[in-house]
Amino acid sequence: MADFNIDETVDITDVVCPVTFVKAKVALEELEVGQILAIRLNDGEPVQNVPRSIKEEGHQVLKLTDNQDGTYNLLVRKTEE
Amino acid sequence: MAVDYKALKNGGFMRQIQKNNFSLRLKVVGGNLTAEQLTAIADVSKKYGKGYVHLTSRQSVEIPFIKLEDVEDVKQALIEGGVETGVCGPRVRTVTACQGNEICPSGCIDTFSLAKEISDRYFGRELPHKFKFGVTGCMNNCLKAEENDVGIKGAYNIEWIKESCTLCGVCVKACREGAVSIQGDGLCVDSDKCNNCGRCVKSCPFDAWKGTSGYILSFGGTFGNLIEKGAEFLPVTSDKETLFRVADKALEFFDKHANPSERFRVAIERAGWDTFRTEMEAAYRG
Repeated sequence: MADFNIDETVDITDVVCPVTFVKAKVALEELEVGQILAIRLNDGEPVQNVPRSIKEEGHQVLKLTDNQDGTYNLLVRKTEE
Repeated sequence: MAVDYKALKNGGFMRQIQKNNFSLRLKVVGGNLTAEQLTAIADVSKKYGKGYVHLTSRQSVEIPFIKLEDVEDVKQALIEGGVETGVCGPRVRTVTACQGNEICPSGCIDTFSLAKEISDRYFGRELPHKFKFGVTGCMNNCLKAEENDVGIKGAYNIEWIKESCTLCGVCVKACREGAVSIQGDGLCVDSDKCNNCGRCVKSCPFDAWKGTSGYILSFGGTFGNLIEKGAEFLPVTSDKETLFRVADKALEFFDKHANPSERFRVAIERAGWDTFRTEMEAAYRG
């Protein structure tokens, strides 16, 4: 799988649902269309729900990586409104 | 002439503790009312009631304090506003529904259209006792399918599309049942664990899961004096034709086996779940 150039990162492991998605969304708003955000998120509810919420917002989820420490990295490409 | 309270009740006029006052139940399908209908209801409640309505536990609307002498005028005013009166007594009641996949991102089926079809087919049909249908769009079960005599729950039959999959792993985590796993360069679904919720389909960023809408039926739910959860035993029903074939048979079974004033659940238990199940399975197969 191709590697991606990450433009920005955000850690949402310090917040709980629904602020997880809000924090990710705010970080995406800061980016330009086409840029890539890496989101660090917790196992459990965040990893079950945040990727889907981002998809429903219309952004492109690229990759989910298990960090093997109870957290995951989710790569998202910002799309147009 | 004596007042036929029973006939009034059957037509949705529920006797109140205040003499000659009725709480009028309206026909609502799938929990939706148009602005025009709401206006007509508001007008009737102001003119003939006390200017308020009661929202029932099953998505219906009742207008309290309708006077006996106004019954016919009220019916007429409602009909002019596109509102029909509801039913009470031993028959098929209001068909309830959540908003379904026309509105809700979680929905797997178009609940409103289905509720309307069920209502058109069965609403008001005479049976040994009350009979409730409820339609919920997905496994989140906002509409509590299993508390109905027949509950319908939206589901997805799933199919993995290898060419579109990047093995990103989102669905593996999205699945609450732990049914999806990455095995080598492919995805594996444990069909014993999969509950057809469709979260893999909804979460997939690459459309590598195809979800086909289906229905999970439950039978014999009741949540009043007797509290029992409806039982699911059929495979996911994938078309409406099968759904209605099974529902027809369920009502037929109820008519045939129930004593008067006996709920569906009690009738099934007396006739035996095995007998019931065999008949439903036969109807499912067609």
